[in-house]
Amino acid sequence: MPNWEESSVAPVVPPLHPRKLAKVPFVELADGRLQGVVSSGSDIERVYVSAITAGTHALSCSTNNNRPCGGLSGAWGCKHLHSLAEEAVLQYGAERVARFLRVEPADTVSSGDDIMTRLLASASVERGGSATVFSRFLRHLAYLELLASGEPIPELQWFPSARVGGR
Amino acid sequence: MVPVCPGWGALMLAAQAKQLLDGEPEGVAEALEVVSGFDDVLVHGLARVGEAQSGALAAFAVALAACPLRDRVAEAVEKVRAGSIGDEHLMALAGGRTALLGAVHDAYLGRLDAALGRTRATWESTGSNVEKESGNLLAGCRSWLSELAITGWRGVGHDLVEACGNAIQAAYAEPKLRRLAVLLDGLASELRAASPTATMEHVPVRRWADLWSRAMLLSQPGALSAPAATTEVSGRLLILGVDIHEHETAVQFQVHGVLEEAGAQPRLVRASISAGKTNTVSGLPLWRLLLGYPQMLKGLADHSVLELSAMPLLPSGDLVWLDDRAAATPEAADPFATARVLLAVAVAPPVPPLQRHPVRIAEPVLLEGQVLEGGSIEGGSIELDPGRLPSCGPLTPELVKSASSCIGLLRWDAGRWHVQPIAVQTLVKKKPVTVHNGQWALGHPDPKVAKASSGAGDTVAILRERAGRLLRK
Repeated sequence: MPNWEESSVAPVVPPLHPRKLAKVPFVELADGRLQGVVSSGSDIERVYVSAITAGTHALSCSTNNNRPCGGLSGAWGCKHLHSLAEEAVLQYGAERVARFLRVEPADTVSSGDDIMTRLLASASVERGGSATVFSRFLRHLAYLELLASGEPIPELQWFPSARVGGR
Repeated sequence: MVPVCPGWGALMLAAQAKQLLDGEPEGVAEALEVVSGFDDVLVHGLARVGEAQSGALAAFAVALAACPLRDRVAEAVEKVRAGSIGDEHLMALAGGRTALLGAVHDAYLGRLDAALGRTRATWESTGSNVEKESGNLLAGCRSWLSELAITGWRGVGHDLVEACGNAIQAAYAEPKLRRLAVLLDGLASELRAASPTATMEHVPVRRWADLWSRAMLLSQPGALSAPAATTEVSGRLLILGVDIHEHETAVQFQVHGVLEEAGAQPRLVRASISAGKTNTVSGLPLWRLLLGYPQMLKGLADHSVLELSAMPLLPSGDLVWLDDRAAATPEAADPFATARVLLAVAVAPPVPPLQRHPVRIAEPVLLEGQVLEGGSIEGGSIELDPGRLPSCGPLTPELVKSASSCIGLLRWDAGRWHVQPIAVQTLVKKKPVTVHNGQWALGHPDPKVAKASSGAGDTVAILRERAGRLLRK
C-alpha cells in the first residue's frame, strides 16, 4: 500500500481467520506467550488454561482452579497444548505463530503439530501463571455483555472492516 | 415523495471527478507537512526531542499562530523543548494538531461539495450539556496517553501497553465514556500486536498520532457531554447502504440513507449501531450482535423502507437509533433508485467542529456507466478501494471490478481520493444483480453456509455459553 505511513487507516493488525470455538474458546499471542483456554473434554464446567512461552518454550497447563494438568510432560506436552497450537495456527496462520514463539525457521512450519514437534526439542514444564490468563479470558468474554447501542461512535471511522487477505 | 427530477446530478460524472482532482486546495500541502513534522515527534517521544523534532515543533507553533489556541500551543512547545511537560500542554498539542487536520478536512469537503454540487447545511454552534463527571477515570486515561507521548511509538513495549488495562475497563463501565473506551481499546490492541515496536519496520505514523490526538481530546472533562440540540424526526428512511467499522473488540454498522420528512427537503443521514465483540467474532456472525435491532436488519436485508417516528437526530446528521421508533414497511426501496433520484437533491449535514478530520469524509455517491472503468474512475485517478470490503458481506474485489453501477462512499486518505463501494450492480451468470454490504443481515441465503454458522459454528452463542458458566462464579 503506497503512503502507508501517511494513511489514517493504515492496516496494522491483520484480520484473524475464522475458526470454530467449541474446543478452544480463547487463544492469544500476548505477554510474550501463546496462551489460551481449552474446554475440558469430560466436564462442561471445567476449562484448562494452557500457555507456551516465546523463546524459552516453557509449557504450562492447569485447570481454571489451578490444578495442574495430569497429562502434561516436557516430552510430549499435553492434549490441551496440542489443541491450543492447532487453533492458534487456524486463527493467526502458522508463520505468525512460529515467528512469535521463535520456532525457526518460521516459514517452514505449516501446522500446530509442526510447531509442537519443533519446540518440544527444547521445552520445559512450568507451573502457575494460569490466573492471569483466565482473568484475561473472562475480560475477553465480558465484551459480549456490553449492550449494543444506537449512538454513533465517530472514532470507529479509523477502523474499517476488512476481510482476510482483502488488503 | 419529492418530485422525480432527472437523475444526472446524482451521478458522479467524469467532469466532477476532474474538478475534484484539480490540484490541491490552497494551504493543504503546507498544513499536512506541519502535521507530519509533529507526528514524527511522537514517533521518537517527547522525552527525545532532537534538533529535527525541535524544528518541527517550532513550525507547528508558527502554523497555529493565527488560531485561538496560539498562546497555549506556543507555551506547550516551549515546555516540550525544555523537557517539562504537563497534561495541559499535551492537550494543547493535541488540540493544535486537530485544528490543522480540521482545516484540511474543511478544504477537501468544500472541494467535494463544489464538485458534486452538494448542498450542505451550516453548523450552528449549540453548546452542550457540560457535565464534569468521571474526573478520575479521565485522568487515568490521560496519564496513559501522556506516558505514550513521552515514550514515543518506537519505545512501546508490553508493560506500557498493558498499563492501560484498568483505565479502559473503568471507561467501559461508564456508558458516557464509551467512545473513549472503544478508541483506546483499538489503539491498545494495535500497540499490543506491534510491540515491542522497536523492531517494527514501519510505524503507522499518521494513524497512531490521529488516534492519540482524538483520545487526548475525548479524555478532557466535558468532551463527551451530550449535545444539547437533539431534535426528533419522523418520516421515511430510504437506505443507500451500510459501511462497517470493526476492531478487535468493537463493531459499528453505519447506515447511510436519505430521510424524507413531510414538507421538508430530503436530507442525508447516518444511523450507527455499535456492539462489543471479541476478536474471534467476525464475518457472518457479526450480524448476530444486532438481534436487538430487527427493524434495521430488515431494512438492510430486504431494502424495506423504514418509517421513523420521533427518532432522535443529532445536529451532525446522525440518528440516535432506537429500533422501536422505526418500522420496516412492506414497501421496498431499491438503493440505486434512491441514489439516482434523491442524492442530487438531498441536503448533507454539517460536521461538528471536533469531528473535522479527513477520515470522517464518507460522502455517498453514485457511479454509473462510462465513468466506471474496471474498478476505477477518471482513468484510474480515483480508485474503487477493494481494501474496505467487510468480512460480513458478499462484496468481493471481483464483483467490484465487474460493476456497471456502484454506490460508494467518497473518501480521502493518504493524499488520494477513493471510493469505498457499499453496493454494486453487475452481471452474475449473465443476469443483472444488486450485491450490497447489508445483504446477509438476516442470514446467508445458502442453507449450507447458514447451517455451518449455527450449532458448533455459532461463535457468539458458544462464547455466551462459556461466559454464562464461567463469568458469574
